[in-house]
Amino acid sequence: MYKGEALGDQMREVLKKYHADYIEVRLEESEATHIQYRGRELENLSKSQSLGGNVRAQVRGGWGFVSFNNVNGMGDKIELAIRQAGLVGKEISRLAPAEPVVDIVRVMTKKNAATVPVVEKKLLLDEYNEIIWSTPQIQTSSITYRDSSKKVIFANSEGSYIEQDKSDLALRITAIAREGEEVQQAGLSVGSNGNFAQIEGLHQQVKETARLAVEMLSAPEVEGGEYTVVLDPVLAGVFAHEAFGHLSESDFVYENEQLREIMVLGRRFGGKHLNIVDGAAIPDLRGSYKYDDEGVPATKTYLIQEGVLVGRLHSRETAAKMKETPTSNARAIGYRYPPIVRMTNTLIEPGSVSFEEMMGEIKTGIYVKNWYGGTTSMEMFTFSAGEAYMIRHGRIAELLRPVVLTGNVFATLENIDAIGNDLGINQGGGCGKGGQYPLPVSNGSPHLRIRHCLVGG
Amino acid sequence: MAVLTSGFATALSGGNELEKILSLAKRAGAEAEVFFTSYEKLPAIFEANRLKQLKANQGTLVALRIIKGGRVGFAITTRLDNRQELVNRAVEVSQFGASARFELPLRQFYPQIEVYDSEINGVTVGQMVELGESLIARLRAHSPELVCDVEVAKETALVQISNTRGGEASYHKSVIDIAIEGILTRGTDMLFVGDEASSCHPIRDVDELACSVINQLELAEKEASVATGYLPVIFTPHGVASAFIPSLALGFNGRIVLEGASPLGNRLAEQVFDPRLSLRDDATIIYQPRSRPCDDEGIPSQRTSLIENGVVKSFLYDLQTAGLANTQSTGNGDRSGGLPAPRVSALVIEPGDIAFEDMVKDLREGLVVEQLMGAEQTNILGGEFGGNVLLGYKVEKGEIVGRVKDTMVSGNVYKVLSELAAIGKETRWIGGMISTPAIFCPKLEVTSKS
Repeated sequence: MYKGEALGDQMREVLKKYHADYIEVRLEESEATHIQYRGRELENLSKSQSLGGNVRAQVRGGWGFVSFNNVNGMGDKIELAIRQAGLVGKEISRLAPAEPVVDIVRVMTKKNAATVPVVEKKLLLDEYNEIIWSTPQIQTSSITYRDSSKKVIFANSEGSYIEQDKSDLALRITAIAREGEEVQQAGLSVGSNGNFAQIEGLHQQVKETARLAVEMLSAPEVEGGEYTVVLDPVLAGVFAHEAFGHLSESDFVYENEQLREIMVLGRRFGGKHLNIVDGAAIPDLRGSYKYDDEGVPATKTYLIQEGVLVGRLHSRETAAKMKETPTSNARAIGYRYPPIVRMTNTLIEPGSVSFEEMMGEIKTGIYVKNWYGGTTSMEMFTFSAGEAYMIRHGRIAELLRPVVLTGNVFATLENIDAIGNDLGINQGGGCGKGGQYPLPVSNGSPHLRIRHCLVGG
Repeated sequence: MAVLTSGFATALSGGNELEKILSLAKRAGAEAEVFFTSYEKLPAIFEANRLKQLKANQGTLVALRIIKGGRVGFAITTRLDNRQELVNRAVEVSQFGASARFELPLRQFYPQIEVYDSEINGVTVGQMVELGESLIARLRAHSPELVCDVEVAKETALVQISNTRGGEASYHKSVIDIAIEGILTRGTDMLFVGDEASSCHPIRDVDELACSVINQLELAEKEASVATGYLPVIFTPHGVASAFIPSLALGFNGRIVLEGASPLGNRLAEQVFDPRLSLRDDATIIYQPRSRPCDDEGIPSQRTSLIENGVVKSFLYDLQTAGLANTQSTGNGDRSGGLPAPRVSALVIEPGDIAFEDMVKDLREGLVVEQLMGAEQTNILGGEFGGNVLLGYKVEKGEIVGRVKDTMVSGNVYKVLSELAAIGKETRWIGGMISTPAIFCPKLEVTSKS
């Protein structure tokens, strides 16, 4: 597939010749297929190919980073990164210890999308699009499909040499309904670690999505205010990611004394029923891998156990500065970026409350499903539901227009008063941080009930 | 500090390579267009008030679009050494591609729109670091507890477009960008302040940026609360960019109009917005980061009036969408790393005649929204926006009394902008993407926890 292998083999030898506290080199070759429909017709089917890499060096605590497409002249690039780091560094370099690893990880995905003929992909998407178009009152549709597979070579000055295959797949199907100037949309987002079979057989869900878009045209807007809300597992997964996951990323905390005090291990965030975990070692999901982009083997990290903060996500640098252990959460979306602390697969663990029990106690509330998106400022978060219903006397009542929910992380987790006994995983979408988007992640949760949640239209 | 920049000298030129790709495509029986870009970006990154990282991002991209048998094929690569494979891929996917509804442009005249200032080559990494350091020092002199992340970056890029019908375009661009985000933490309360400046010219001082952020810090010093209900809301330029622009950028997109998914689609020449509101797309303003002599398909840049005195004037098109809609490209073919599609280049909202101070003075009770978080994560296609007021202030009896929290503002752009209380007379650029005054809305839904 590529001629990077020879380059990679030499890397460890080459790195020995340079003087810096730490150096790593990454080379990446990738191929992607992109299929897009806007309306009935296919708008774009394209194949892209990329070869590139980067060098990252640390000198006296400062970092230099060089990314490139032209892989010739590696020596100059390494020297530039070291020179940059030297200009920045004024302290001592600190990286948490990581055993050097030599390993070759080949992709084991079932029905890898990279091997599926383009025509088969197109036929499946044609079927989905046709389902939307055969729904009365649908104005148009939008489908975005992307699969990618890449081979990454990583070597560092501590003797690690890792070749890792990665594959990913994301599909978003949107149905758009219109009446007069009223435009409503409903979406379905799915993804996998490259397994094409996971996006097959969605016909019924696509049909529901189209029907929902039409129904929203005649749905009322929510009256803004505080409500008891029940989140379905898909939206609850997004909630876990936005409302708590990002706050667990140590790069926000490690250089900020005040935040370190707030995020002290042992602090109570929620009830005893609340357990939140993140880890790339949870297998076969979009955020799963064997080694992170610093070559640290994947782990599974409890962030909250029985309502108490017990852990956080680290790179080697944040772990060293906080005197904790690296958790294999240093990730980069590609060779143009240095690894930063990111989530992988973030889950709220199931509790013991059935859906019926959860709903039964609610006189007036809102049941929210599916997602449009979510974002966080650490303290405050918002997330928006693709589908919302009033709850009246313990039952799901009328459909509402999409709603936006917001809250304060320090209050909202305590307001979770019921955790379902089910579990659903959301693999759609992708995470954005520091200009790096979309990063493959997954999130999951049982149904959740949250009291006093601020809801707006 | 030593000079690290290699600047423009390292931006590769596609040159002959483009011609070779075009002739291979011709041999495969296709009309073809090659888009080539090469760039170098040098960011200096400060984390928690200190210089943390220096970066050098060097990259190239070659995109080939062909028309074969009336269908469009497309392939992208970062490599210049694999010409035949690039052509083969484009040919392979063209059998499934959309029917081409356009012809590649012939050789033509481009307007002189300067977006490259050679003085940028003289800007050293040392000077960039000094800019960041002085910005942080100014802000910390005002608020010693403030924790700042700053990025000072300079970028140079070369764009070349060439097609088999003789069309040819090429330009250089330079951009300097400074972004600051500050957090002030008191207990579990976090205050976020920030701003950004960008230009094709070197930026020599950080005075304006520092003043803007210090102003935010001062206005947010006290806390104020607001009750759930309907209130007048003034959106500052940042507020306008975060609340209204995502919806408008879609609503005026020719592709969305063509699909019938834009609420504006069948309202051309109608009075949809407040008569004081005028908006244009403009890639012709010299030395603005989003300006350019031509779009990514080689169509000359132009000013396109979108709203004139509240009346919908036109929509934005690339070649293919214009062909489908039976109209002309407005020079808005934008690649964003893929096949060209219509996108706004830079939006300009005309200023009104009321000073921001006077708007606030007029307000008995209301809100000033500076940053709405998550506003675009709802049905923006339908014009809706709704988000948490990440930075905003309460106004009582004509004065800003403090910052609000746990507060949401929501509405529909098409309704909200149809009747305004006032449009500000001071305008500014936000992210190089939009130039706008403050916009004063008489009544908006506000939801609050208190």
